Amino acid sequence: MLVKTIFCGFGGQGVLMMGHSLAHGAMMEGYQVTYLPAYGAEVRGGTANCTVAVGDEEIASPIASEPNYLVVMNTPSLYTFQNRVAPGGSLFLNSSIIEARPSRKDVDVYEIPCIEIAEKMGNPRAANVVMMGAFLKKTALVSPEVYLKSLETIMGSKKKMIADANRAAFAAGYELLKEYMENGCQANLGTIR
Amino acid sequence: MTKKVFGKPKCLKENVFHYCAGCGHSIVHRLVAEVIDELDIRGITIGVPPAGCAVLAYNYFDIDMIEAQHGRGPAMATGIKRTLPDRVVFSYQGDGDLAAIGIAESFHAANRGENITVIFINNAVYGMTGGQMAPTTLLGQRTTTSPSGRDAVKEGYPIRISEILSSLPGTTFIERCTVNSPPNIIKAKKAIKKAFQYQIDGLGFSMIEVLSPCPTNWKMTPIAACKWIDEVMSKEFPLGIIKDIKSSDKGGKSHVG
Amino acid sequence: MQGNKVIGEAAIRTGCRFYAGYPITPQNELPEYMAESMCQVKGGVFIQSESEIAAIHMVAGASAAGARAMTSSSSPGISLKQEGISSMAACELPGVIVNMMRGGPGLGNISPAQGDYFQATRGGGHGDYRTIVLAPASGQELADLTMDAFDLADEYRMPVMILADGMMGQMMEPVVFKEPKPRQYRERYVLKGAGAGKSRFIRGLILDPRAMEEHNWKLARKYEVIAQKETRHEAFNTEDAQLIVTAYGTAARIAKGAIKRLHDAGLKVGLFRPITLWPFPSRELQEISERTDNFLVFELSTGQMIEDVHLALCGRGYVNFYGRPGGVVPTPVELAHVIARQYSKKDRHHE
Repeated sequence: MLVKTIFCGFGGQGVLMMGHSLAHGAMMEGYQVTYLPAYGAEVRGGTANCTVAVGDEEIASPIASEPNYLVVMNTPSLYTFQNRVAPGGSLFLNSSIIEARPSRKDVDVYEIPCIEIAEKMGNPRAANVVMMGAFLKKTALVSPEVYLKSLETIMGSKKKMIADANRAAFAAGYELLKEYMENGCQANLGTIR
Repeated sequence: MTKKVFGKPKCLKENVFHYCAGCGHSIVHRLVAEVIDELDIRGITIGVPPAGCAVLAYNYFDIDMIEAQHGRGPAMATGIKRTLPDRVVFSYQGDGDLAAIGIAESFHAANRGENITVIFINNAVYGMTGGQMAPTTLLGQRTTTSPSGRDAVKEGYPIRISEILSSLPGTTFIERCTVNSPPNIIKAKKAIKKAFQYQIDGLGFSMIEVLSPCPTNWKMTPIAACKWIDEVMSKEFPLGIIKDIKSSDKGGKSHVG
Repeated sequence: MQGNKVIGEAAIRTGCRFYAGYPITPQNELPEYMAESMCQVKGGVFIQSESEIAAIHMVAGASAAGARAMTSSSSPGISLKQEGISSMAACELPGVIVNMMRGGPGLGNISPAQGDYFQATRGGGHGDYRTIVLAPASGQELADLTMDAFDLADEYRMPVMILADGMMGQMMEPVVFKEPKPRQYRERYVLKGAGAGKSRFIRGLILDPRAMEEHNWKLARKYEVIAQKETRHEAFNTEDAQLIVTAYGTAARIAKGAIKRLHDAGLKVGLFRPITLWPFPSRELQEISERTDNFLVFELSTGQMIEDVHLALCGRGYVNFYGRPGGVVPTPVELAHVIARQYSKKDRHHE
């Protein structure tokens, strides 16, 4: 098994954190992993993306030619990366701010209004964690408990309040996808808006 | 009964100096060696000679030495001193080495307050390479690369390194001396000893600038060279203590302006 | 752990107690890691130097005084350090230099590239000398080779370079740190004051040409021993390969990905990955050339290591080149197309 995911969006949306936490979680699950951030000269406001490879044997290339999964947090990234996704792969889309929809018909699209959900919970900065909840429900690369522990390790947050808020945000994303998967509706969750 | 009242310092080797007649290097070498003997620090001293006339200093000093690339003495001395903080570390540098190619290394070692001593030989020319213009060459002074005399418009002004470094809080003791007469030689030795003592006491960066005769490249007799220091060179580079953190009236005081 | 930090941690674990460096992307995480870690170990020194030049000479000084010492930079900064690297080679001072290469020449950019191969493997600075050059291709190798670099530097008393790139520095992979070997370095090489004994000096200036010649031959004899003993490489799927891709570091990772894809499609492609770039594993490549005569050299440059491949093969086989300089990193699929083309060309040749 070898699964590659690209996370992309604006700098500041927690894009690198999503990839980092996935890689850490997968490592804790005993997988081989690589986490490759694309680094730029600007610290904020530029575009950010990273590639995570998870496999059960040595990972040859940390670069993804055709990622199985694509997590898109803003519109420019959708245009940049949508054609890279492997046929039959999945695309997770931050539908709170992305109006456009992918032109591809051979990938599953999950529209997650992660900013709205996070805002409703009073924690708009946790939109990326909501997205990770949905992402991991679908991909099952890392179990929720292991992932949340990795998230806390990376954030280094000793504050219980922040950890609890992240848990709640993760659960919200996770439940959202669970509900729609159980209802047999795999793609195009646009209706939940 | 005879009593030996004068001899070679213990930490000088038997080798005969290769320096030109009337050159200041051999005098300063001897002063540094006498100071090392008197402070009884031969066994814990590490010297860093430069590229330049003094590049062969390790042939004369009977102490551990490591030669630095041109201008990099203070960086190398920093590496040594930080690794072995209880040793006495000094660099020995000329004006081209310190004030031109190695100005960054010297300035920043001083600014970090590295607990090292710098012996700075200022003879206003590049001696070893044949008398080219140095950063400390005086205005109007003829050298092989300023044949009609240093022109401020084209070549800028002589740099007063001691005054510049004394403005840095990291420096503790800076004195400008010369070795053109017996009284001045005695003064210079006192200054060198003080600079080493400041280092031994852990106070920080110390430097002794020595106006040193270079009769060969100045195209003078040794006696005329000594006179020229008194009459011309020391007007541009005034002698005396430029900074001494132990005496408040000299602390940070500048002779310039 | 991130690649740059892996190097820092491995260095500290293996006893590095002196680091000097100057900020430059894409290796800043390494000095930052050292700044934090050095104050937590006994005798640890971290200096942010005023320049790359000062950093390497501080390392030389610390090395002479007996410390395990390291500096790091990226391409333009490594150019500045060459004076000191040459001097350390001349004075036989151990030390480790990390080069996280970026696109060049000039200031270039900060993307992963491999344009510094010549500079690293041919000495880099002035004079007749070599540095051992290690090219890690994974987080684990960053850790292992950093530790080995210090041991090799001590054993042969010379500067050793770790040559990687921004991608290796930024990438995170799980790493297990091996147990460091106890340091083998003779007291008599260390300059720490003469004590009551004879004084010594360390110098690179040898004015007598005959003595200088002898010193050069002495260094050359040392390099000859290293060339015999210290080559390292990885051979992947080379046994029955019809085509061998030769690549190092980041390029080798991409090549491996491409080769795995091609393997699934039934193409017999192998990978020869030099781990020591100097000494280059020539004999090992020659042995492979007895079974395969079709080679593709892939570099993130316009073609530098290919010269060593040619030298190793001595005119045998067909050697082709695919290069992406300037910070462009092709994906495994792109490279797989290039490899497949070369593979079928060879078939035609046999017909």
